[in-house]
Amino acid sequence: MDEVNKIPTVELFAQGHRACSGCGGALAMRLALKAAGKDTIVSHATGCMEVVSSPFPESAWRIPWIHVAFENAAATASGIDLALKKLGKREKTNVICFGGDGGTFDIGFQAISGAAERGNHITYICYDNGAYMNTGIQRSGATPKYASTTTSPAGKVIHGKTEHKKNMPLILASHGAYVATANVGYPQDFIKKVKAALSHPGFSYVQVYAPCPTGWKSAGEDTIGICKLAFKAKITPLFEITPEEGLKFSSKPSQTIPVADYLKTQGRFKHMNEDEIKEIQTWVDDQYDKLLKMEEHGIRF
Amino acid sequence: MVRKVIEASEAVALGVKLSRPAVIPMYPITPQTHIVERLAEYINDGELDTKMLHVESEHSAMSAAVGAQATGVRSFTATASQGLALMNEILFIASGMRLPITMAVANRALAAPINIWNDHSDSFSVRDAGWIQYYVESAQEALDTAIQAFMVAEDHSVLLPAMVCLDGFTLTHVYEPVDIPSQEEVDKVLKPYKAVHAFLDPDNPITQGAIGFPNAFMDLKKDQHDALLNAKNVIKESNWIFAEKFGRGYGDGLVEPYMMEDAEYAVVALGSVCGTIRVVVDELRKKGKKVGMLKIRVFRPFPEEQIVEHTKGLKGLGIIDKEVSFGQEGTVYSEIRSALYDKDLTINGFIAGLGGRDITPDHIRKVFDSLDAEKRTEWLF
Repeated sequence: MDEVNKIPTVELFAQGHRACSGCGGALAMRLALKAAGKDTIVSHATGCMEVVSSPFPESAWRIPWIHVAFENAAATASGIDLALKKLGKREKTNVICFGGDGGTFDIGFQAISGAAERGNHITYICYDNGAYMNTGIQRSGATPKYASTTTSPAGKVIHGKTEHKKNMPLILASHGAYVATANVGYPQDFIKKVKAALSHPGFSYVQVYAPCPTGWKSAGEDTIGICKLAFKAKITPLFEITPEEGLKFSSKPSQTIPVADYLKTQGRFKHMNEDEIKEIQTWVDDQYDKLLKMEEHGIRF
Repeated sequence: MVRKVIEASEAVALGVKLSRPAVIPMYPITPQTHIVERLAEYINDGELDTKMLHVESEHSAMSAAVGAQATGVRSFTATASQGLALMNEILFIASGMRLPITMAVANRALAAPINIWNDHSDSFSVRDAGWIQYYVESAQEALDTAIQAFMVAEDHSVLLPAMVCLDGFTLTHVYEPVDIPSQEEVDKVLKPYKAVHAFLDPDNPITQGAIGFPNAFMDLKKDQHDALLNAKNVIKESNWIFAEKFGRGYGDGLVEPYMMEDAEYAVVALGSVCGTIRVVVDELRKKGKKVGMLKIRVFRPFPEEQIVEHTKGLKGLGIIDKEVSFGQEGTVYSEIRSALYDKDLTINGFIAGLGGRDITPDHIRKVFDSLDAEKRTEWLF
């Protein structure tokens, strides 16, 4: 039996790593490598997943893996891409970058944009848990509005983060990349998208929603449940964007739920008042409608 | 071997071309640009089978060089000044990961005020990055050293990155006659790069860039330090190989003495200013003065033994620094005073040539005239 529910049973991200229980990031690594298979090189940005997986002399990686720094996973991978081309090994080898949202939305943004503009043959996978979790839950460009983090605390005057999340998928789509959004609560969909990204001849970007129980103040065993609620509340729309066809939803919730049902599962939102929840509901609806219109009108990037 | 009058930047580019790197990440910055421009021409004219990567910053240039070298191929890049400063973080990682990347640095002042002209403040700011640092005097030496840098960096007793520093404009943009070895001749002295310790191969997966906890970190740093010291022998050896094959040597490879045998007074310097010092030494010798020059060709690893040896019997020594450690003194001066701390010798330091300020023969005459009395540091405006 080498697969269950079409998911390969081979583990290339090995057991024994030091991630917290219920870590969405670790699940993302594990599933992405199931999709990619063993002929894969990973360039990893500094972050939780790098830290928990590579305490010398131990390693959770059963594939060739390199970590250089926080902001340069895409630049490092660009060098790997060309070295493989020179060695004549490019065709049979996948090159994947893993980065958290801090390493992707913020500090790594320039290197990602450069690699995407050049069309380096790289699949960049951002595990998005909406804050700098490794350094102790600080606000990032991916942190949702009103989320309480250690640098955007829910204070008496200012209630958590004051800005909405940066829209990375659409920014990367504007570079001509293959783009997909995924959610670790939907592993088949994530695997399918990683495979599609890997088969794209240039730069591809997959942003996977990955709960962090430690940072979100949620229960570890609730991770998958929160993933499902996020999908139903339209917090994590699931779509693909290709240069040829534009944006296509891969699935839509048959029945949506209010964002309040999602927000209440996490301590980071518990300070929000009714007006604030209402504001987020309006924003989420508006963002989702924009994506629906892009699909409906066949907008290409 | 053919002889041509070429720009020193082209000499570097030719040395790199003859060394056949697999990947060259490139990013423009004055006064380095001529080096990568020539390399881009060789590649696009089909003369050099190398992959070039047009990165969006120097930070990414060094990161991509790390990625390529860690995959198991030879990589080269070039930079200067602010570009080197932007790379700073990755320079330390390249040496810590023991990746024998080679890089040309067209020495230029660090801002502010912004200034595109020559001094050594850029490469001296990364003195402790764990890279081999060559400082070259001529276009010929630039070509030869570009090749030697690969030989030394890739030696299994070293496995560390190397930078070849050449003075911006005063050398990079100067045309000189250069003997250019043939590909066949270079292939005999520089073997193809074969990665033995750092590679990204799905058939033999290894983890590179892991976290080093306190139980491992210090041991790895000691290994790195020892490897840089090991480079001294390989630098000497590669210099000797060039002397034998091409009839050109630069002292013992680490330092190059000029008229030092019976000298009573001498000046120590790095890079292109050594040409000016040679002229003044010749002039003073004609007047019967026993003067000489000691050129430091390699600043890291530091050639302490050679400095002690060549300064024996001197009455006075002057050190020219094209940078200053603010709040202290010139760095070469500090290190030489430290190497000679127990010697009965007057040693004075001179800060000169910052941000492209000319260092004239008059300046050098003044230095030689002021080596009798202990003065510590003087600025040559």
